[in-house]
Amino acid sequence: MDLAYTPKQKAFRAEVRAWLADNLPREPLASYDTREGFEQHREWESRLFDARLSMVMWPAELGGRGCDLTEWLIFEEEYYGAGAPMRVNQNGQLLLGPTLMEFGTEEQKQRFLPRMAASADMWAQGWSEPNAGSDMAAITSKAIRDGDHYVLNGQKTWSTRAIFADWLFGLFRSDPASSRHHGLSFLLVPLDTPGVTIRPIKALNGKDAFAEVFFDDVRVPVENRIGAEGQGWHVAMATAGFERGLLLRSPARFQATARKLVELYRANQASADRDPSIREAVSQAWMDAEAYALSAYHTVGRLARGARIGAESSTNKIFWSELDLRMHETAMRILGARGELLENAEGEANYWLEGFLFAQAGPIYAGTNEIQRNIIAERMLGLPK
Amino acid sequence: MDFTFNDDQLAFREAISRFLMTEAAPEMLRDVWETDAGRSPELRTKIAEQGLTALSVPEACGGLGMDDVAWSLMTQELGYYAIPDSLADTAYVAAGLLTALGADVAGRDETLAQIADGSIRVAVGHPVNPLVADAHLASHLLLAHGDEVHLVPRQLVDVVATPSIDASRRLSQVVWEPTSATRVAAGEQGRALWAQTLDRGALAVAGQALGLAQRMLDLSVDYVAQRKQFGKPIGSFQAVKHHLADVATQIEFAKPVLYRAAHALANGARDAAVHVSHAKLACAEAGWLSARHGIQVHGAMGYTWEVDLQMFMKRAWALDASWGDRAFHKSRVAACVLADGAPLGPGHTFEE
Repeated sequence: MDLAYTPKQKAFRAEVRAWLADNLPREPLASYDTREGFEQHREWESRLFDARLSMVMWPAELGGRGCDLTEWLIFEEEYYGAGAPMRVNQNGQLLLGPTLMEFGTEEQKQRFLPRMAASADMWAQGWSEPNAGSDMAAITSKAIRDGDHYVLNGQKTWSTRAIFADWLFGLFRSDPASSRHHGLSFLLVPLDTPGVTIRPIKALNGKDAFAEVFFDDVRVPVENRIGAEGQGWHVAMATAGFERGLLLRSPARFQATARKLVELYRANQASADRDPSIREAVSQAWMDAEAYALSAYHTVGRLARGARIGAESSTNKIFWSELDLRMHETAMRILGARGELLENAEGEANYWLEGFLFAQAGPIYAGTNEIQRNIIAERMLGLPK
Repeated sequence: MDFTFNDDQLAFREAISRFLMTEAAPEMLRDVWETDAGRSPELRTKIAEQGLTALSVPEACGGLGMDDVAWSLMTQELGYYAIPDSLADTAYVAAGLLTALGADVAGRDETLAQIADGSIRVAVGHPVNPLVADAHLASHLLLAHGDEVHLVPRQLVDVVATPSIDASRRLSQVVWEPTSATRVAAGEQGRALWAQTLDRGALAVAGQALGLAQRMLDLSVDYVAQRKQFGKPIGSFQAVKHHLADVATQIEFAKPVLYRAAHALANGARDAAVHVSHAKLACAEAGWLSARHGIQVHGAMGYTWEVDLQMFMKRAWALDASWGDRAFHKSRVAACVLADGAPLGPGHTFEE
C-alpha cells in the first residue's frame, strides 16, 4: 500500500489541470439533448481529441495516449473537478470502444476507433426493444444474410440521442430459427442508411434525449459485424460489464456533486438546518462519494495486480446511481420552494433540478438496479436462479 | 499509488483465518459464554503461541512491530469468528498507547513484553467508553484522569461487572483514585495519546463490525440456499436475493474506507480522525444491515437462541456504540466536511 502519487502521475495531473484551465469553454454549453448543444459538445470533444485527452487510456495510434487506469482516474478527477462539459459520445467511447478493442478486427479498429475518439462519428446504442428491456434476450429485430449484406428489419428503442447521432451499434437476430441469447449478431449501422427511421422520444426534461429507431429492409455490409455471426450475445455481455462497471461512471463526477452539495448547504445553512436530517445527508453524501472513489482505487490496484473483476461491477452500478439520486434529493430539499423553478434568481438554468431529473434514470438505465441485485445474488453470492 | 495489499499481507490474513476457523468455532463460543470469566484460557494460550498478542509490540520489546494496516485485516478476522476475547484491546490499543509513552516510562517495556508473550491483559478505560472491557482479568489498566494517562495495577481498582447482551463482552465499571505514582503522561502529551488511542479503538471496532457483517452474510447465504418453501430454496426468490445483495454492496464499499483509515493512522496523517470516523460509521452500518437482513431471511429461526446468527448479531449490535457512538463519529465527520476551506471534491482522496 503506497498512497503517494508518482512524479509521473503528478506531472500528468498538472498537465491536465493546466490544459483545462486554458481551454474550458467560458460559457456553459447548451444541453447535449438539443441539436445545438449536441454540436457544441462535439466541437468540445474534438478539442479534447486534438490535445490527446479525449480517450487517455487508448493507445496513441488510436488517438489516445496509453494511460493506465490510475492515470485515467487522475484525468477524471481533474476533468470533473474543473466542471468540464459532460461527455456526449460516451456510449460509443466507453461501451463500443472497449468492445471493438476486444472483439474487432484490426481493420475495424482502424476504421472506427480514431474517428470515435475524435467524435467525428457519434454513436447511439441499439439494444432495447419494446418487448426486450430487462429481458434483453427477447430481441426480435432481424438481420437476415443476403450475400455480403445483412437485411435489417425491426425496432430498437431508448436509444440515447440517436436523433443526432451518426451510427448505431446493436444486437440483431441473424438466425431467424434461434431463440433467446443464441443466434444474435452485433452490428454497426450507419444511421443515414435508406430504410432507417428515427423518431425522438421526449424525456422527463422535455428534450429529445432518446429515440426509437425503425429498420425497414436496411442493408448493412457484413464487414460491419463485430465478432462471429451468432456470437452477438457474448460480445454484448462484455460491453454490459464495461457499462455498469467503473468506466462509465468514474468517482470524480460524484465527488464533484458532493462538493457542490456541501457548498449549497453552506450557502443556505440557516434555512436548511430547520431540518436536521439535511445536515446529516450532506455529510453522508461526502462519505459515500469518498467510499466510491476509494473503492475505485482499490479495484484499479487489484486489476493492476492481475485480479479479474466480475459481478462486483454490479455493486458499482447500484452504489453510484443511488448515491446520485440521494444527493440530488438532498439538494432539492435544501432549495425548498425554489427547487421546482426552471431558472434560479440569477436567471441561470436550475442545475440541481436538471440533475435531479437525470438522476431518476440512474437506477433504471444500464440494467435496472433490480437486475443488478439479481446478478450480485446469483453470481457473487451464488444463490440459486 | 497502490491502494492494495501485497501478497505477504494477504497470506497473513489467510493464516489468521485458518487458525480461528479451527480454534474459534461457534460451539466453542457457546461454551465460553456459559463460563464465569467469559474467556477461554486454552484459546488465549493458542493465540499467544501464534504470536497474535505480539503483533503491535515493538521488536525491541519482543514483538513484531506491525502497524494499523495489519490490524485492519486482523480485526476483520476477529469479527468474522466473533472470538470471545478482547484481544484487540490489549494487543493493539493498549500496546499502541504503551508504545507511544516513550521508553523512559517505568514499567512500559516489561508490560509490553508481557503483552507480547501473552501472559497479561491490559484493559483500557478511555473516557469515550463509560465501561471498561475485561477489567476483571487485566493485570494493569490504562485509565484517564482528565488528560492524564495512568497505568494502574489491577489491585488498586474496584471492578463492578455490568453484563452485556453479548456474553463475550465482559464490561465493568472501574472505581479508582488517581495518584502521581500511577501517572505516566499528562497535559498535551496525554491529550494526544488519548486521541490516538480513541482512533485505534474505533478502527479495531470498525474492522470487527465489517468481519461480522461478512460472517452474517455468509450464514444467511448458506441458510437461504438450504431452506425450502413452495418447493424451492428461498434463496431463489427475488425479495430474499435483494436483501442479501444490499448487504454485499454495503460491505463492498465499507472495506476500502477501513483500509484508508488504517493507512492514515499508520502514517500519522493530520486528517486520520475523519477517516477513522468514516470507517467506523460505514462498517458499523454494514454490520447492522447484515444483522437486520440476516435475521429477516432466517425467518423465525433467526429469532432463536439455537441458530448461530444470534451470537454474531449481538456482537455487531454491541460494538456499534463502542469507541464512540454514531453521534460522536458523525459529528467528527461533519465538523471536518462542513468547515471553511475543507479539502473536498475530486483529487483530495489521498491527501495527508
